Amino acid sequence: MCGAKTGGVSNEGLVLTNESVIQGVVTRAGEPVAGAYVRLLDGAGEFTAEVPTSATGQFRFFAAPGTWTLRTLAAGASVVDTSVAASKGEVAEVTISLD
Amino acid sequence: MSESNRAATLVDADWVEAHIDDTGVVLVEVDEDTAAYDKNHIRGAVRLDWKKDLQDPVRRDFVDKAGFEALLSERGISNDDTVVLYGGNNNWFAAYAYWYFKLYGHDDVKLLDGGRKRWELDSRELVAEAVQRPGTTYAAKEQDRSIRAFRDEVESAIGQKNLIDVRSPDEFAGRLAAPAHLPQEQAQRNGHIPTAANIPWSQAANDDGTFKSDDELTQLYQDKGVDFGKDTIAYCRIGERSSHTWFVLHEILGQPNVKNYDGSWTEWGSLVGVPIELGD
Repeated sequence: MCGAKTGGVSNEGLVLTNESVIQGVVTRAGEPVAGAYVRLLDGAGEFTAEVPTSATGQFRFFAAPGTWTLRTLAAGASVVDTSVAASKGEVAEVTISLD
Repeated sequence: MSESNRAATLVDADWVEAHIDDTGVVLVEVDEDTAAYDKNHIRGAVRLDWKKDLQDPVRRDFVDKAGFEALLSERGISNDDTVVLYGGNNNWFAAYAYWYFKLYGHDDVKLLDGGRKRWELDSRELVAEAVQRPGTTYAAKEQDRSIRAFRDEVESAIGQKNLIDVRSPDEFAGRLAAPAHLPQEQAQRNGHIPTAANIPWSQAANDDGTFKSDDELTQLYQDKGVDFGKDTIAYCRIGERSSHTWFVLHEILGQPNVKNYDGSWTEWGSLVGVPIELGD
């Protein structure tokens, strides 16, 4: 696997009109991390969804407009919390770097 | 009492590693992402596909008794086997399959606490080879309807029984139509069933997917106003997360009279003339 591509999965085929997308990539030392768990927490810190990252370290959520927290768990890494804002009809791109 | 319930229904990863080669122990992986098994799985585990294997291909319902018998016979599962279920999504679909095994009367079925996620985070062994067990002749019982709720019973439970909506707060309030890893364009109306308490399934689990302690679980439901003296119906969007909560209430805490409404929001939100509430 070569270096991590910036941003999330390809937007091809994505109908964005009514979606507030949050997507991105999880990396460690610049390389994508497959099989990390990214969980989406709402403004009150409640669980809303969770996905494992793809073979290329990528993840995607269909959220609602507002501010969210991404909590990332991976084997051998500390938990990382990342704040992100989502807007309707837009894609918020996030890169999460693990130690 | 509940400690023995927990011991009878949950195993941890160390137990699985110690008993993985035991005759009479069958590991079964059930995922929302049914391709996860192809990538890797716990050694010796067979796969159940929650949609293709467990649901009728035409009607919206489960495979019938004969279909369940044929499925388990083909996967090499016997009536007297100890079935240990695990999967991704914090065991949502494994809990759904667990409920299904109970619905068709399997005696000894357990969940692997923490499921696939805890196993992966511990960097335990996963293998890629598919598993084919020798066939069996499995005999299912008639469906145990005491753990399955249908829409009419749910409607008459409004204001009468404990209704627990285990979806996320945003789905409960109507701001989201589905868990946020899925596109939000859905046919049904958003919201929740009136008088339902929103107790997300996730509040019963730790970040690594393992269940909280009995005391924490009891406290959680009591604090949200669940009356353990009343019957309870749990629902979510398609009945898998509510299986997780059904497992907590009925199997870990030993509460009698807990049903899973597997029609859940994709049915309720599509029904004509039923009440819906919006907001937190």
